[in-house]
Amino acid sequence: MLKFLSILATGTLLLTGSATAGSFNLGRAATPAEVAAWNIDVRPDGQGLPDGRGTVEQGDEIFAERCAVCHGDFAEGVDRWPVLSGGDDTLTSDRPVKTIGSYWPYLSTVFDYVNRAMPFGDAQSLKPDEVYAITAFLLYANDLVEDDFELSHENFTSVRLPNEDGFYMDDREASPIFKKRNVCMTDCKADVKITARAQVLDVTPEETETETEAVSAASASVSHPEPVIAALDDALIEKGAKVFKKCKACHQVGDKAKNRVGPILNGIIGQQAAVVSGFKYSKALKKLNDDGLVWSDENLDAFLTKPKTFVKGTKMAFAGLKKEKDRVALIEYLKSHSQ
Amino acid sequence: MSERLKSPTRRNLLKGGALLSGAALTGAAVPARADDPAITNLQPWMQELGDGVDAMPYGAPSQYEAHVKRRTVEWLTADRISSINFTPLHELDGIITPNGLCFERHHGGVAHVDPAQHRLMINGLVETELVFTMEDIMRFPRENRIYFLECAANSGMEWRGAQLNGCQFTHGMIHNVMYTGVPLRLLLEEAGLKTNAKWLMPEGADAAAMTRSIPLEKALDDCLVAFKMNGEALRPEQGYPLRLVVPGWEGNMWIKWLRRIEVGDEPWHHREETSKYTDLMANGKARRFTWEMDCKSVITNPSPQAPLLHKSGHTVLTGVAWSGRGTIPRVDITLDGGKNWHAARLDGPSFDKSMHRFYFEFDWDGTPLLLQSRAHDSTGYIQPTKNELRAVRGENSIYHNNAIQTWHLRENGEAENVEIS
Repeated sequence: MLKFLSILATGTLLLTGSATAGSFNLGRAATPAEVAAWNIDVRPDGQGLPDGRGTVEQGDEIFAERCAVCHGDFAEGVDRWPVLSGGDDTLTSDRPVKTIGSYWPYLSTVFDYVNRAMPFGDAQSLKPDEVYAITAFLLYANDLVEDDFELSHENFTSVRLPNEDGFYMDDREASPIFKKRNVCMTDCKADVKITARAQVLDVTPEETETETEAVSAASASVSHPEPVIAALDDALIEKGAKVFKKCKACHQVGDKAKNRVGPILNGIIGQQAAVVSGFKYSKALKKLNDDGLVWSDENLDAFLTKPKTFVKGTKMAFAGLKKEKDRVALIEYLKSHSQ
Repeated sequence: MSERLKSPTRRNLLKGGALLSGAALTGAAVPARADDPAITNLQPWMQELGDGVDAMPYGAPSQYEAHVKRRTVEWLTADRISSINFTPLHELDGIITPNGLCFERHHGGVAHVDPAQHRLMINGLVETELVFTMEDIMRFPRENRIYFLECAANSGMEWRGAQLNGCQFTHGMIHNVMYTGVPLRLLLEEAGLKTNAKWLMPEGADAAAMTRSIPLEKALDDCLVAFKMNGEALRPEQGYPLRLVVPGWEGNMWIKWLRRIEVGDEPWHHREETSKYTDLMANGKARRFTWEMDCKSVITNPSPQAPLLHKSGHTVLTGVAWSGRGTIPRVDITLDGGKNWHAARLDGPSFDKSMHRFYFEFDWDGTPLLLQSRAHDSTGYIQPTKNELRAVRGENSIYHNNAIQTWHLRENGEAENVEIS
């Protein structure tokens, strides 16, 4: 009933006739609020930009907290995560570095993408002012503005990226390859030599891994029930598995887990802090290790509530889990991966 | 009761076969061929009862096919979520890719969308901005079409030289399935296009909120909003419950988990059509909006992951060919690195912008071969060599590598990815 009233209130309920322009009379008119909720895209001419503003300085701070774990403090990129700054004059080199400064044609692309898809694993969590600030910082990181610059919906379209004119419309069909030609079928060349070989590089994934997996997959198809650890709550583990989706951009658990942006979390409960081999911990986490901290239900709960409050200086770029039930479920899930 | 053999693995089977034929060859004039235990021994499946009809409510391949699966190349991407895996082309035949083997490319992982909570919105330059539920979409007239979907970066690792040893890795960012869906034109007409409408921006409901700009002519021509693949619901990794089908055009445009289509008068120049999916040329300039997938082919067997275990004798060579601009009327095969070419036999249905299957049967004399396939499409375009392509593209363009692939088949039946003069 309430819902019905609210539809009436917005004035979009059509009492008679067809709501649609087509002949099927299927679908219904979208409400202005519905369109506004999804219509977040931004174009080079500024269409779609929300009102807001942010400075390089603000952006620097937000970037360090939310973005630097993958993209680096100066947007230089960590591991294989995208490099966002530098790369000037590399587009004709053997190894082009395609960054916002060196390659991207429009600043609107930066705003739109950060706004819709970043931070990785926590999309659409940034407020317009924060997106303006991050975008301003990225301009600064590419030496395109000074450190006192403020970006806003008012001055946005006055900023141009250096490589705007570096693009042209697909013209493949004008190339010689598209010319009609006759192909030779017999005695086409006298001599053939091998000039490059994949085995020299040796970067193909090993086949042996497939074979061992094949055996285990075959025996698994008999479908034995998973062994259940008696003390744990299956329903809670299942909920925790869902919560873990927020973590898995950076962390892995299970038999094949590897260190990624974050360390492997198998057996984390009861484990001393910062002991996963091969992972580069922040100074703050190493100090916890020195202090002899062992992860328990209680301190992990506190850490997960507000990571940067519990461990000042952690490089974990995660705002925290506000709901207690999410934290409890997640901890139960992590317990189910006890090595 | 004779001693039962353990179930042989596939590899043992192949070894056993080779031994047997070897024994037959070296035998006396009246061959004293050893009895084949596959016949003389009672196999467990001949005696014991099998599974009942309730054992597998949703079927799966034989346990002996467990090696047939999508595989990834870990070093290609920073993590496994915004990443790619590859279709095992060397294990398939015909033209249809089974749903569970269709390669995956995600930018924010696989979204698991509840169809009851899924909506498709059409907004922007239309008479009425509309919202459809899945039920609404199912009430539009449907079409069934078979199309290939190829990632623009398929073979992208091979620009600078032969790199990955297996057609799964060099050519496996492609699949070919039958889609059931509603012509996008009907949905747009339902909303009513304004006269200044020129571009569409489809958007996904995943954590990447994937977007691309598509010209209106293409949308009105042959795009589908699909909900089924190969007869069943789309797989989550292919965009369940709804994906855009953009026939012949690069896979990145086939927006999965399709939730919105905005109609506009200009392209949006979003990340996936500026920073990515633009083709950098040797002079430092880049082509944008390179939508069509050029005509291409590859020999899937033999290939590095599919050696010729039978050694010399009658040999079946097979592969696939496709073009984003039409059908494939002709494929040429060479066994000697391009000195001489032969017509391949195309078999199976020939559909517009679909994969085609070709075969070439020959007697292999056991000497090393340099194998290539060269496809011709219905526009008259002929698949170029790698060097022809490099001459006009340089080596930095990542995308749209449709060059002829060479496999070096050695005496022992193993094949390697190579380049030749």
